[in-house]
Amino acid sequence: MSEFLSMGGYGLYVWTSWGVGIALMIALLIQSVSAARSAAREAEATEQLSPRRRRRKAEVE
Amino acid sequence: MHRFANPTRFLRLAAAVLPFSAAVAALCLGAGLVWGLFFAPPDYQQGDTVRIMFIHVPSAMMAMGVYAGMAISSAIALIWRHAIADLIAKASAPIGATFTFICLLTGSLWGKPMWGTWWVWDARLTSMLIMLFIYLGYMALWQAFDDQTKAARAAAILALVGAINLPVIKFSVEWWNTLHQPASLITMEGPKIHESLLWPLLLMIVGFGAYYLTVLIFRVRAEIHQRRTRMLRMAQADRHNAMQAAD
Amino acid sequence: MSRTFLMLIRRDLLLAHRQGGGSLLAIAFFVLVVSLFPLGVGPAPEMLERIAAGTIWVAALLSVLLSLDRMFQADLEDGSLDQLALLPIPLALVVLAKTIAHWLTTGLPLTLTAPLLGLLMQLSPDAYGALVAGMLLGTPILSLIGAIGAALTVGVRRGGVLLTLIVTPLYIPILIFGVSAVEAAAQGFAISAHMLFLSALLSGTIVIAPIAAAWSLKLALD
Repeated sequence: MSEFLSMGGYGLYVWTSWGVGIALMIALLIQSVSAARSAAREAEATEQLSPRRRRRKAEVE
Repeated sequence: MHRFANPTRFLRLAAAVLPFSAAVAALCLGAGLVWGLFFAPPDYQQGDTVRIMFIHVPSAMMAMGVYAGMAISSAIALIWRHAIADLIAKASAPIGATFTFICLLTGSLWGKPMWGTWWVWDARLTSMLIMLFIYLGYMALWQAFDDQTKAARAAAILALVGAINLPVIKFSVEWWNTLHQPASLITMEGPKIHESLLWPLLLMIVGFGAYYLTVLIFRVRAEIHQRRTRMLRMAQADRHNAMQAAD
Repeated sequence: MSRTFLMLIRRDLLLAHRQGGGSLLAIAFFVLVVSLFPLGVGPAPEMLERIAAGTIWVAALLSVLLSLDRMFQADLEDGSLDQLALLPIPLALVVLAKTIAHWLTTGLPLTLTAPLLGLLMQLSPDAYGALVAGMLLGTPILSLIGAIGAALTVGVRRGGVLLTLIVTPLYIPILIFGVSAVEAAAQGFAISAHMLFLSALLSGTIVIAPIAAAWSLKLALD
């Protein structure tokens, strides 16, 4: 196991490359997903404030 | 082309694509990770450091590929005033910049055991560094405008000017490199890639592509919703002003 | 058409002259930056000779960058940009005229100053021709690419810094060809390839840059 972790003595370089690479990609993914969610929520909230939309919705109901 | 300019239609299409792209990204990246780290044999010359390649090469390819996509959608946005193409270009830039950064970082981490130093002004690394500056300039230009339509057009012009310039930059940097580089150094290309390393590399490349598509969909979604919010707010302000004028 | 074009160049030269010192400021900055290097790396002649070409070219590049942000800004602020857009000639030609005027007030004076800095930096005697020829071909490209950046950032908050960020990466090929021409000449090699590259870049840029800059200016005018 420790032989595997050491990567023939290059463990530091291999593991840092993969670690930081994957961490950055996951961070970007999380940031993008949460940005999409909060933007959708904000648009929804703004729409609620819009009188015309509310009336149209009420008519449908 | 204009069929996809409608945000609602785009959102529907994106929602249909998203599960597939996310699944392909997760599967390929997961399989590539396991294969690349555990099963692929160490290279006879570069030893285990060759495993850095599985991250370095796909991110380099995507750094360039994303810019190409950005330039194409900028052209579409400029020529046809396509409403979604703008947003795709804008949403691509941070992803491309991240890939470029990962490529630089892993290049540096690969260079330390290979070259004995953290940074070498190798033609590829230097081009990537310039690429990062170009991405940052593009993103900064978007930020500089309050008016989003103006920002979109200015950024599109810059993306196209950059696309024309990038081959020239790449050529000049390679030329500069052959002038200054002592020939004894091992290049990043290394010897011909062994077949046992090719498959995990291919998996990672597909995974990176699918990852880009997945993140792109989320970012374009965010942009579409933000634009809707801005438009609604503007309409509300107009109505408010009209009511005050009537009073 | 050509009369309007020449009048535009004259107008900008006159304005630069009246506002005074634009060229002098660029030259002063150029000399100042270059003279920082001996202070930074030490005055050993062989060291200076080695870095002479790169230093002079980088300093020239920075001087041009510094002069870019006023290229269209003043015209936008006093409203004359709107007038220029109404002229019977295409906006791209207006941009070209303004770029030529910009080159005449910065690139050309810098080129003429460069040999003097070559003396300060112990430049090899064989390299002066390559330095001046390279700058004569290269500095117009700097002005042309700069015009795109200046047009994109005209009327933008903190446009100056943004302009630098946008334009600098695009300047890299000119720096590379310019410097390596000087180095080749210093070692007694031919420089025709370098000059051909620079000429090709110049002829490409002179077509594309005014059009791209005119597109960007239309944005600012909307």
